[in-house]
Amino acid sequence: MDTNGSLNGNVPAGPLAEKWDNHRFNMKLVNPANRRRYKVIVVGSGLAGGGAAATLGELGYNVDCFCYQDSPRRAHSIAAQGGINAAKNYQNDGDSTYRLFYDTIKGGDFRSRESNVYRLAQVSANIIDQCVAMGVPFAREYGGQLANRSFGGAQVSRTFYARGQTGQQLLLGVYAALSRQIAAGTVKMHSRTEMLEIVLVDGQAKGVITRNLVTGEIEKHAADVVIMATGGYGPVFYLSTNAMGNNVTASIRAYMKGAYFANPCYTQIHPTCIPVSGDHQSKLTLMSESLRNDGRIWVPTKEGDPRGPAEIPEDERDYYLERMYPSFGNLAPRDIASRAAKRACDEGRGVGDTGLGVYLDFTDAIKRLSLPVVQQRYGNLFDMYEKITGENAYEVPMRIYPAIHYTMGGLWVDYNLMSNIPGLFVLGESNFSDHGANRLGASALMQGLADGYFVAPYTVGNYLASQTPGDYSADSSEFTQAADDVKDRIHRVLSIDGKRTVTSFHRELGMICWDYCGMARTDQSLKKALDLIPALKEEFWENVSVPGSGDELNPELEKALRVADFLEFAELMCYDALVREESCGGHFREEYQTEEGEALRDDEHFSHVSAWEAPRNGGRPILHKENLEFEEVEFSVRSYK
Amino acid sequence: MDLTLRVWRQKDGQSTGSLETYQVSGIIPDMSFLEMLDVTNERLIEEGKEPIAFDHDCREGICGACSLVINGKAHGGFSGTTTCQLHMRKFNDGDTITVEPWRASAFPVLKDLVVDRTSFDRIIQAGGFISANTGGAPDGNAVPIPKPDADAAMDAAACIGCGACAASCPNGSAMLFVAAKVSHLAHLPQGVPERGQRVLSMVARMDEEGFGNCTNHAECEAMCPKDISISHIAKMNREFIRATVRGE
Repeated sequence: MDTNGSLNGNVPAGPLAEKWDNHRFNMKLVNPANRRRYKVIVVGSGLAGGGAAATLGELGYNVDCFCYQDSPRRAHSIAAQGGINAAKNYQNDGDSTYRLFYDTIKGGDFRSRESNVYRLAQVSANIIDQCVAMGVPFAREYGGQLANRSFGGAQVSRTFYARGQTGQQLLLGVYAALSRQIAAGTVKMHSRTEMLEIVLVDGQAKGVITRNLVTGEIEKHAADVVIMATGGYGPVFYLSTNAMGNNVTASIRAYMKGAYFANPCYTQIHPTCIPVSGDHQSKLTLMSESLRNDGRIWVPTKEGDPRGPAEIPEDERDYYLERMYPSFGNLAPRDIASRAAKRACDEGRGVGDTGLGVYLDFTDAIKRLSLPVVQQRYGNLFDMYEKITGENAYEVPMRIYPAIHYTMGGLWVDYNLMSNIPGLFVLGESNFSDHGANRLGASALMQGLADGYFVAPYTVGNYLASQTPGDYSADSSEFTQAADDVKDRIHRVLSIDGKRTVTSFHRELGMICWDYCGMARTDQSLKKALDLIPALKEEFWENVSVPGSGDELNPELEKALRVADFLEFAELMCYDALVREESCGGHFREEYQTEEGEALRDDEHFSHVSAWEAPRNGGRPILHKENLEFEEVEFSVRSYK
Repeated sequence: MDLTLRVWRQKDGQSTGSLETYQVSGIIPDMSFLEMLDVTNERLIEEGKEPIAFDHDCREGICGACSLVINGKAHGGFSGTTTCQLHMRKFNDGDTITVEPWRASAFPVLKDLVVDRTSFDRIIQAGGFISANTGGAPDGNAVPIPKPDADAAMDAAACIGCGACAASCPNGSAMLFVAAKVSHLAHLPQGVPERGQRVLSMVARMDEEGFGNCTNHAECEAMCPKDISISHIAKMNREFIRATVRGE
C-alpha cells in the first residue's frame, strides 16, 4: 500500500458559516450570451443529475443528458419513501442550520467533510421552497402549512414528505423541470442509453462513450465538461433495495481512468426491509423508516420461542431499541438499529421461518391513535407489505430485517464537487462527500437536490469560465480508442459462450459481499472475500453465458457488462474495509467495538477519507488520504442512549 | 407450481411477433411475477435459447417501468398492483398464463414485451410542468395550500406513467395519464398561471402522438395500479373547456 500526501479538498478559507457565500462571490461567471457555446454532458437523470441538467439548461448551457431507463422519470430517486430534511424550523422545536449540520456530522460518525455538510444544511431550506414553487404536493396541515415528521438520528421534526412517496414527487418535479428544458431545446435527452466509458483528453474529462440500448450502437459524445450523477453501488450485494438496473459502471470506469474512489467500504444497511423469502429473490423492499415513528421493534426474550407474536406476553418481549437507546428509542440511526437487529437474530431470538427477522409492531400505535389515523399515515406501506408477504400488518406485526440500501462511499470530489480529474464532476449518491460513514434518513433526497439545483450550477460554471468553449472533438484519437475499447469489451463478453448465467455470478458475488463484507466485518472475513472475488472474476471471464448479439436490445448483455464491473469494484470495497482498522458508522469491524458492542472509532489513525487510485500495473490500489479537520465540532463518542 | 406460459415474442420493431408456449415448473407462490419470468429466462439461457425481454427496474411498484398485459389485463388486473408487485400466490398450479406487451398504437413494440413509451415524455414536455426556474422561490409556507387541495393534487400526482391506462382503453386513449398531470397542477395555486395553455398543449400533443379519445369505458381507472380516478378526466375536460372558451 503506497500512501501519498494529504489530498486537498479545496475548501475555501474563512468561517464555516460564510464559506459558501464567499465562495459563490469569488467564483468566475460565464456571460449569459456565452453559455450556449458550452456543451455539458450529464450522466444520470435522478434528483442530482436531472436537477443539474434542468438547472444548467435554464441558465442557457447546451446540455446532453443520459439515462439507461426508458424515461428520465424512472431514475431510482423515485423509490425514496419517507422524506427530505430541511432546516426550516417550522415546528419551532429548536432546529437550525447548525443543528442539521451537527446532526449530519454526528450521524456520519465524524467521517465527512465539515464544509460540505454545512453547505448542505444551508441550502436545505431553499430546496423546499423550490420544490413547492414547482408544484411538489408536500403533505400539508389543515391550516395550509407544510407538515413535518420525525426521522432517525434527530430530535427535531424537520422531515418534509409527500405521503410515502416523497422521492417520487421530488423526482417528478425534477422530471417536469427537465421536460421543460427539453421542450425549450436547451437539454437533449438520451434515454435507454448507457455510459460505458469516460474519455479524457490531456488529462481532462471531455466526453463519454455510450451504448444505445435499443440498437446497440456505440456512440461518442464530446463536451466541455462531464457531470456524473449515477447513483450508488448497492447492487454489488446482489440483493438490495436498489433498482435492478442500478450499477457501478460509470464510477468504476472513471476510477480506471484515474478518478479516485473514496471510502467504498461505507455501505448503509437499512434496518426496516421485508426479510428474504427464498433463493429466487431478486430484490429487497424497504419499509420506510417513518414507520419507526409509531411502530415498536421487538423480539422474544427467549431464544427460539416457537409462539406466534400474539401469544407472547408483554414481559417476555424485548423492545431492544427502547431498552438500549432510551432517548432515541425506535428512532435510533440506521446503522445502530441494523446491528441491534442482527445481534438479536444472532442470539437466536429472530422471528419468522428463517429466524432472520424482528417484529415491527403497531398494536400500541393503533390503540393510542386509532386505526384510521395509522391507516392515513402509513396505509400505502401496509398495503405494500401485504402484497409482498400476504400478511395483514394491522393484525399481525410486520417482520423486518436489515438490507443494503445506500452507499456513502463514491468518487472523491473536492468542495466544488469536482473529482481529481479536471472537468469531471460527480453529484448525489455517486460522490462520497456529505454523509461520512452513515447517512441519516431523509438526507439522500436533500443531498441529491442540493448538488443538482444549488451547488453544481455554480461550481460547473466556475470551471467552464476557465475553459475555451468547444475545445473538443468526438473524432479525436482518444474517442476512437475509447469506443474501440468498449466494442472489444462487448465482443469479449459475448464470445465466451460459457455455461453459467450472468445472474448466477451476480448472486454469488452478492453472497460473498454480504457474508464477508456486510453488517459486520473482520480481518479474516475480508481476506476471505479478497480470495474469493478474484477467483469468481476469473471464472466469469471464462464461463459466463451471454446470449444474443451486441447490435440489438439485449438485457443479458447489459447485465453482463454491469456484473463485470461489480466484480472489479467488489475487490476495492473489501480492500478498503480491510485497511480501515476501526469501526465507524456503517463500517463495523468486529475487532473494534466497545464492551457494549458499539462501533469504536480510532480518530488518531483514521480520521481521513481513503481515496483510492487504480493500480497502474496490477497489484493493489494506491491510497491517498484526505485528512478530516473539524474546526466547528469536537469529536465525541456517538451516543444515542 | 407448474405453469404454461404463452408469451409474445417479437424480434424487433420491424418484425411480426407471435405467442410462444413455455412450460415452467417449480414456481414458488412467494415469487413475484417478474421473478417467475427471471426463473424462466435463466432456464431458457441454460437451454441455449434467447430469454424474454421485458421492462422492469425498481421492482417495488413506483418507477413505472414494468408493464405486461397478463391474461388480457394490464398488470394482471389486481387492484392497486403493478406487475412487479404481483405475486404468484394469486395464480393456481396448472394455470395457463398469457403475457403480452402493452397494446396501443402510440406504444410501438421494441422487442418481445418491451414497448416505446416516449410518447408520454413528449406529452409532459408539451406543458406538464410549472415554469419556475431554480432559485429565488418564495418561502414554502408563503402561500398556504388547503389540505384538501394538497391531497387532491397528490392523488393525481401519484401516477407512475406506466401506460396501463392507454393499454387498457379500447380506444388506446391516454386521457387518464394526461388528466392526472393536468389535475395535479391545476389543484395547486402555483399551477394556476399556466393552467389554460398547459391543458391545450398537452391535449394537442396527446392527439398528435396517436392516442385515441375517451368514450367513458373507465377501463383505465379499473386497471390503474395507482387507483387514479377518472374524475380527473372530468377535471381535465373542465379545464379544457375553460381554456377554449377564454380563447387561451
